[in-house]
Amino acid sequence: MGQKIAVLDYGLGNLRSVSKAIEHVAPEAEVRVTDDHDWIRAADRVVFPGQGAARDCMAAIGEHHLNQAIREAVQSKPFLGICMGLQVLLDFSEENAGTELLGIVPGRVVRFADDMPGENELPLKIPHMGWSRVEQVQPHPLWEGIEDGSRFYFVHSYYVVPDEEEVVAGVTEYGVRFASALARENLFAVQFHPEKSADAGLRLLKNFVGWNP
Amino acid sequence: MGLAKRIIPCLDVDAGRVVKGVKFVEIRDAGDPVEIARRYNEEGADEITFLDITASSDERETMVHVVEQVASEVFIPLTVGGGIRKVEDVRRMLMAGADKVAINTAAVFNPEFVREAADRFGSQCIVVAIDAKRVSGEGEPLRWEIFTHGGRKPTGIDALEWARKMADYGAGEILLTSMDRDGTKIGFDNELNRAVAEAVPVPLIASGGVGNLQHLVEGITLGGADAVLAASIFHFGEYTIGEAKRYMAEHGIEVRL
Repeated sequence: MGQKIAVLDYGLGNLRSVSKAIEHVAPEAEVRVTDDHDWIRAADRVVFPGQGAARDCMAAIGEHHLNQAIREAVQSKPFLGICMGLQVLLDFSEENAGTELLGIVPGRVVRFADDMPGENELPLKIPHMGWSRVEQVQPHPLWEGIEDGSRFYFVHSYYVVPDEEEVVAGVTEYGVRFASALARENLFAVQFHPEKSADAGLRLLKNFVGWNP
Repeated sequence: MGLAKRIIPCLDVDAGRVVKGVKFVEIRDAGDPVEIARRYNEEGADEITFLDITASSDERETMVHVVEQVASEVFIPLTVGGGIRKVEDVRRMLMAGADKVAINTAAVFNPEFVREAADRFGSQCIVVAIDAKRVSGEGEPLRWEIFTHGGRKPTGIDALEWARKMADYGAGEILLTSMDRDGTKIGFDNELNRAVAEAVPVPLIASGGVGNLQHLVEGITLGGADAVLAASIFHFGEYTIGEAKRYMAEHGIEVRL
C-alpha cells in the first residue's frame, strides 16, 4: 500500500511544483496538498514548503491553524522543510522589521549583507538566486547518492543561523558560509528548492520518501 | 566556490506550440513544448523560459496547460512571459507550475502592477522584462530607452532609471533584451548589460544577439550578467547547452556541469 505524504497548504508558495516532484519520485504514494489536520496527522510524512516574506508566511500559518499540526509532525514523523519552510522553524527573523517564528529550532534568520563583493567588479546580487554547491557537513540518509558539493537551486535573501552547530547538515557559500540544510532527529530542512534542482533535488526527495528515522 | 552563472534557453510558444523551428535530430515533434523542455533539461539547462506569443486571447489558456505539463516532468525553474497583465494572470501561471513570470509591457503601463505582484507572491517569482534600444548618437553619452510591443513603440523612458525603479518596486530579477541586437547574432550589447548590472542590486539576465559561445562568455565577463538567455543557437542544434557550459567553464566561468 502506498504511503501518505502531506504537503502543507497555507495558501502561499508554489505548492504544485513540490507535490509534482514528490509524485514523480514516489508514484505509488498518495500525495496531497492540504491543510486538513486529520489528514496531516494520519500522513506518513510531511513536507513543509514555503515562499515569500516571513510575516506573510507566519500569518498564513496562523490563518490555516497549522501551528499545532506542524509542531506535532516535527515531533512524530519524517518532516521536510523547504525554503521558507526551513526559515520559519527558527525563533526570529530580521525580515519585515522583525518577525517571531515558530521556535522549533533555536536560532535566527538574518539578511545577506548588501555590500558583499562579487565577480566582474560587481557586488553580490541579492536575492541569492541560482545554483550553488551544498557541502555535506554531516552524513545523513537524505544525502545518499548525492555527490558532496552538488549544486542545488536557491532563491532567497535571508538565511538561517541556528544556535547549535550540530544541527547543520549542509553549508553553502554566498558571500558568507551559511547553513543550507538542517537535520535533527526526524526533521530535515533545506534552504534550496529540491523540487527545482534537477537530478540532485529529485534524489533528495526520493531519499526523504524512503527515510525511516 | 560561488554561484553558477545560468544558461537559459528561451522558447516562443504560440497557441501551445513551440514556434521558430526547433531542430533537434532526436526530437520527434519539434513543436511540442514538453518534449523540447525535457530535452533542454537533459542537456543541463539551468532554467527554461517560455514566451507566450499567442495573439488571440481565447487561446491564451493553452499556455496554462503547457506549463502544467512541463512542470510535471521537468524539475528546473520555469519562467513564463507574454500576456501577463493582471495579478490573476500571475496567480494562474504559478498555480500551473511556473516558478516565475516575466512582466514586460504591463509594467510600463502600470508600474504598480509589479509592486502588487511582488507583494502578493514574493519578489522571487517576479521578473521584469525590459526591451531597450540605444538612443544616444555618435559621441554622445550612452543612453537607452524602453520600447514596448516587441520593440516597436518608444516610451521615452530611460532604461537605467526604469531598471532601478523596477528593482525598487520588487522585481526579483531583470531580463534585459537589447532591441538593437535581438536577432542579429552579433553578440549582446554589453555596454547596456554592464550599465544595468551596475544600476540594480538584483540578478540580471542578458538577452538579444547571441550568435556563438564566445558571446555567452562576454555577456558575463563584459556585461556583468548573472544569466544568459538564448534561443536560436540552441534551437537549431548549432550548440548544445552542454557545449555552451563546457566552453564557459574553459573560459573561467563557474557553471553547473
